[in-house]
Amino acid sequence: MDFLIFKAPMLMVQASLDGILLGILFALIAYGMALQWGVMNIINIAQGDLVILGGYIAYTMYLAGIHPAWGVIVSPIIMYFVGVLLYKLVINKVVDRDLFISILATFGIAIVFQQLMNFVFGADVVVAQSEYGTTMLFDNSVTLPNSKIFSAFISVLYAVALVIYMKKSRLGRAIRATAQNARAAKILGVDTEKVYAATFGINAALCGIAGALISITLTLHPYVGLPYTVRSFMIVIVAGLGNLPAVAISGMGLGLFEEFADYILGTEFRIGAVFMLLVFILVYRRFKLSKKREYLK
Amino acid sequence: MGNIKQKDLILYSGLIILGLAAPYLFSAFKVQLTYLCVLIVLAMTWNLQGGEMGYNTFGNILFYGLGMYLTASVQVGMFFPLAEWTESGGEKTFVHTTTQYFQGIGVGLLVAAIIPAIVAGAIGYAILGLRGHYFAICTLGLGIAAGEIAGGIEIIGAGQGFTTPPFPAEIVDNEARGKFFYFLSFALLIGTFVFVKYIYGSRFRLILNAIRDNEDKAEAMGIQTMKYKIVGWMCSAFFCGLAGGIMGGLIGYIDSTDVAFDGREMGVFMVLMAILGGKGTLWGPVIGATLFHFFKEGLWTFILGWQYVALGVLIVVIVVYFPEGLMGWLREKYPERFGEVIDEKDRKAQVELK
Repeated sequence: MDFLIFKAPMLMVQASLDGILLGILFALIAYGMALQWGVMNIINIAQGDLVILGGYIAYTMYLAGIHPAWGVIVSPIIMYFVGVLLYKLVINKVVDRDLFISILATFGIAIVFQQLMNFVFGADVVVAQSEYGTTMLFDNSVTLPNSKIFSAFISVLYAVALVIYMKKSRLGRAIRATAQNARAAKILGVDTEKVYAATFGINAALCGIAGALISITLTLHPYVGLPYTVRSFMIVIVAGLGNLPAVAISGMGLGLFEEFADYILGTEFRIGAVFMLLVFILVYRRFKLSKKREYLK
Repeated sequence: MGNIKQKDLILYSGLIILGLAAPYLFSAFKVQLTYLCVLIVLAMTWNLQGGEMGYNTFGNILFYGLGMYLTASVQVGMFFPLAEWTESGGEKTFVHTTTQYFQGIGVGLLVAAIIPAIVAGAIGYAILGLRGHYFAICTLGLGIAAGEIAGGIEIIGAGQGFTTPPFPAEIVDNEARGKFFYFLSFALLIGTFVFVKYIYGSRFRLILNAIRDNEDKAEAMGIQTMKYKIVGWMCSAFFCGLAGGIMGGLIGYIDSTDVAFDGREMGVFMVLMAILGGKGTLWGPVIGATLFHFFKEGLWTFILGWQYVALGVLIVVIVVYFPEGLMGWLREKYPERFGEVIDEKDRKAQVELK
């Protein structure tokens, strides 16, 4: 325990800005999670591993001499097809089944992804250098890497674009119709199978964008996928399905929590704190609902 | 147990004799056999949760890891300062005498059984109020958080691990060590099996099944579901803690995320084994665990480096194509064997409908 952060206001500003910028990134992943959960009723444990895979695509570009920021365009395109392929291979068989089946099946996918990434990219912690420099604020006492600002900006851009796409386009309408009532949508001529594939592909593409941004702002490692899954799950259960402003706000809240936990508890407990927060949120909601004799559904 | 049929009696005594003779017959595989016993115990206790109660938990690994750390800590802490032990890596400076070792492991296992059960009881009220996938995700988080937190606590070795006391120096014989742990785990297996079999014949199982099938209705019928859910989880925790304690002693080295709170391996294995064999049956988890263990041991050596890929594919295949498990498949095929009466006309009518 270290409460130095409360004695130094600049440290708090630093942590808050870091947390909010990071949180926007988490919100982008969580949006994908909410999308597939709402439309297909599956919980994807491999979400975080899709993110990391997207990150490695940007990292590969970096190794090839291309600026990794281009990853935010290339990575989602590749990841869209990865997502569709994954849907065709496995996910389409778990869509109508018990949620636990989808949790376990995607857990299996997550293990496969982790291991394959470990083979291909090695077990080292890597980062793609964007060389964007840093911004100094408040007499150089707060430092913000420009890559973080860039990543938050891109996240917001993509999220807004996606919202507009979901509202205006034909596919977006079909996706929303399927989410509301898959059977009715089918009767009215929506090819739900295609909609599901596209939804999973869009989710994977969102993961790809987030991964590319993570590759320049944070670090990549084959085994760090699961915390991203848990973070996005947490944001979704706090914000609810299909409520984008709430997703953004709770994402930032989570980012703040993590940065402060990092300062107060120490970096070694950071991931542990994230998982404990998940447990606390679920238990809190359980007690809140049980007052009305209800439960989380 | 007066109502055991003659056929069953032969089966059970045959299995017990096989179990007792196994370390002499296959003396090179004692460690593997010990693993098998522990895996069966974990699968059977998971089945109480996931199969009978319908609460699919990833969190039993929490009790397993807790039991592991507790046994080792008690075994060391009873005779030596724990902090210095973990500091020095447990080598040379402190040596357990034979009596100390066995006293330590005895008390350690006792603690490792009781504390996890108490922990399960304490957190049960909060956690078991969650349903379905929320429960699954919450317990998944709990297991991983435990691993991360244990990896940051200095006194139990933090990230560098905790060396459990080596087998007493006076009995350097490797045979004796292997046999000791094998018989310990075999005793645990028999204890667990008898207990689970007892539950299968009791009203408790019916209540658990009622909770699985429709919790709201069970509650409306006047069953205090929460009470039974907590008791069920405490039973699982009790045996998981013991299994963890034995495994800690056998492996000889405890790492927070790779050995104790090993959600990526053990935590998934127990779910997989129970599903492979068939959830909600007495013999399903036993058969599932045995098959899985043989498969794993056979496979792991041939495809070195690719084990996890194979494991992941295996999970997907079992879960997606084989969710009813072996026993479920057999039940579908030979329902008479399971005591289900089938109306031939009805069956034909159903076939025609398809």
